[in-house]
Amino acid sequence: MQVTLKIFRYNPETDKKPHYAKYKLEAEPTDRVLDLLEYVKGNFDGTLSFRRSCAHGICGSDAMRINGRNRLACKMLVHELHSSKITVEPILGLAIIKDLIVDMEPFFANYRSVMPYFVNDEPAPKQERLQSPEDRERFDDTTKCILCACCTASCPSFWANDEYAGPAAIVAAHRFIFDSRDRAAAERLEILNQQFGVYRCHTIFNCTDACPREIQVTRAIGEVKRAIATGKID
Amino acid sequence: MGNYHQFDVVVIGAGGAGLMAALYASKTASTAVLSKLYPTRSHTGTAQGGVGAALGNEGEDHPEWHTFDTVKGSDYLGDQDAIEFMCFEAVQAVYELEHYGLPFSRTPDGRIAQRPFGGHTNNVTGKPVSRACYAADRTGHMILQTLYQQCIKNHVNFYDEYQVLDMLIENGAAAGVIALELATGELHTFHAKAIIIATGGHGRIWEITSNAYTFTGDGPAIAMRRGIPLEDMEFFQFHPTGIYRLGILITEGVRGEGGILVNDKGERFMEKYAPKVKDLASRDVVSRAMYLEMREGRGIGGKRYLYLDMRPETVNKYAALDGRKRTDGSPYMVTGEELLSKLPDIVDFARTYLGVDPVAQPMPIQPTAHYAMGGIPTNKLGEVVIDEGNTVLPGLYAAGECACVSVHGANRLGTNSLLDLIVFGKYAGLQAAEFSRGASFQTLPSDPTDNIRQQLDLIRNSDGEEKAYTISNEMKAVMFDEVGVFRSQEGMQKALDKVHELQERLKHVRRPDQGKIFNTELINTWELGNLLDLAEITTVSALRRTESRGGHAREDFPSRDDANWLKHTLAWNKDGAISLGYKPVTITKYQPKERVY
Repeated sequence: MQVTLKIFRYNPETDKKPHYAKYKLEAEPTDRVLDLLEYVKGNFDGTLSFRRSCAHGICGSDAMRINGRNRLACKMLVHELHSSKITVEPILGLAIIKDLIVDMEPFFANYRSVMPYFVNDEPAPKQERLQSPEDRERFDDTTKCILCACCTASCPSFWANDEYAGPAAIVAAHRFIFDSRDRAAAERLEILNQQFGVYRCHTIFNCTDACPREIQVTRAIGEVKRAIATGKID
Repeated sequence: MGNYHQFDVVVIGAGGAGLMAALYASKTASTAVLSKLYPTRSHTGTAQGGVGAALGNEGEDHPEWHTFDTVKGSDYLGDQDAIEFMCFEAVQAVYELEHYGLPFSRTPDGRIAQRPFGGHTNNVTGKPVSRACYAADRTGHMILQTLYQQCIKNHVNFYDEYQVLDMLIENGAAAGVIALELATGELHTFHAKAIIIATGGHGRIWEITSNAYTFTGDGPAIAMRRGIPLEDMEFFQFHPTGIYRLGILITEGVRGEGGILVNDKGERFMEKYAPKVKDLASRDVVSRAMYLEMREGRGIGGKRYLYLDMRPETVNKYAALDGRKRTDGSPYMVTGEELLSKLPDIVDFARTYLGVDPVAQPMPIQPTAHYAMGGIPTNKLGEVVIDEGNTVLPGLYAAGECACVSVHGANRLGTNSLLDLIVFGKYAGLQAAEFSRGASFQTLPSDPTDNIRQQLDLIRNSDGEEKAYTISNEMKAVMFDEVGVFRSQEGMQKALDKVHELQERLKHVRRPDQGKIFNTELINTWELGNLLDLAEITTVSALRRTESRGGHAREDFPSRDDANWLKHTLAWNKDGAISLGYKPVTITKYQPKERVY
């Protein structure tokens, strides 16, 4: 099938302002949008810039806005778009560096701010710390996060103020807060109880829709809110 | 000197090996990690099925058994001292990951869950043993995340999206690296006492591959250009189960959970090729069996793919025939729900990329280029060794897929790559930090970036008609056809001639992006040069080895030849001319014998 790819272009070294470039090309319905971008870069315009690595939805490099929704270009197949017109733009809320590449530093700074690492200073046993399958299951959903920023960059509260930790950082905190082996839940809840913490979330559900790993992001944020409100982790 | 940085230890690459090395080196030495990607994008994250360690949580197991299985899996080309070291270190290394918070799946009594994997056996019965410690089917993702998180906790210095392009060796010792900051296009000089190369693999040489776009062999290519030999490059693993046409990995864990391979006649053909462990034979054995089936017209619909079937009714039927039991002695029976919870990502991949629900339909799969057994030669402490006598290059270390210890020999067992990362990443980090305590900085040349600026200018100023995209596709096609699962003199010579032609054509690519900011075209063209140079050295090494062993299967020399070829290849590229040398395999306890599964 023939598709028209309309791509957001901006090169700060040569362009005064952003524009859109259109490319017509042949595509298989099962092609990934990433395949089309590679084809355009390889054959039409080598200056087209975007991030990519694993090409199957695990590394989280190629989050972009595809027909208006945040998706991984490697996990979005042409036929799933139900249209031969495909518009590809950078994700919102983060400064554009070039074409589809945005500045990820504020996103990772927010991630780092919630203590996204395991804390347990008690002497470790000789073997593994025990954890029941049920306790393990409690935080399974949020272990899946690949830090692609699809969620955070779909969140109106984050667009309004990038000091808001954002859904991805709260998901990272959730993964540790609800891990029965971890001992720093109180500190993380304190961080997320502050001005730019969980209460900036207005339960809009964009994040859950955007997540390519199908994490129940809004639910995880709700569980963190409840833990702060009740002082209990259950 | 602008953009000058100084660290005791510089780590190149932020996958499992690089992060483990950084975590250990940074305890006592100033350490920087340079990565062309954000660390969490590294390819370690795509590893699925598990990390091997004889914990014995789900049935009797011993590090000795793990050692023997790995030696046998390597087709006796692995160095047995290093293999024994890795398999004995494995147990503590996995506990250590758990102590770092890694969310392993759990057994009912709360221990780390384990599953069977290809080539891992109970050495008494010869039956599969549960040795792969797993976190669902995203074990690599959890290792990468956990190590990155611990690095954040320990304030490791990261230089994200810094593409390392060159390495400086002065007075015969490691001196520093040159990196390009992608966001600005600026070159940076990192002056270091010790360098750890942990850049991963180079599977992008082949058309069908499980490997990331960014797996372009940068570390080995840079090392090679600085006079360091590459070891056993002819041994590259083709994983049996890649998604048809895309090559995306479907974990061996599917077969560990009871899935089987099926041909067009509905036969479980692995019974013929590996009567004892069947679908859980070593990867080289299974991939060859698949090629033979397809060659005889038993691919699905006569095409170049087969089925991987993990429907519960299939799993249960064959588990009953095999007499498979759970640890409590009850017959092995699964439900669709259980498979979903143990293999959620596989189900997701199959649905997304194949439009197939694997609990209800079999998955079309084909062998996919997966893992480099060869690489930068090291000893078991991660020190790079540069000749037949294993002379150490002071201050230079390598770990993970880019390195060749050699613990994988001619064929790696599943789960041993993640193990390799954590064990040898750790020791490379410890050794590098220790070395840097007693060492001083080497004096750098007056213009350390001169060499790489010239290389980049050649690309930047090119003004020909060739497309790197086309050159890349031609390389992948010929390498997949001729230097793949089966090889021959004639086919490999054809591939080598083609690679030489493509190397020449790469000098005449069309004028690339002239900008500084995120000039990915410039970098991708440089990376393609790496792939071509590694394709060349792979093919030259393979042509010379006139035997079949592990992942190197020759139609014209179908047998293993221990009398002449029980030795490691070393290949040097001196200004474009490749020369080969050989060094002995270390054999301690296990004399080579016929390898049957």
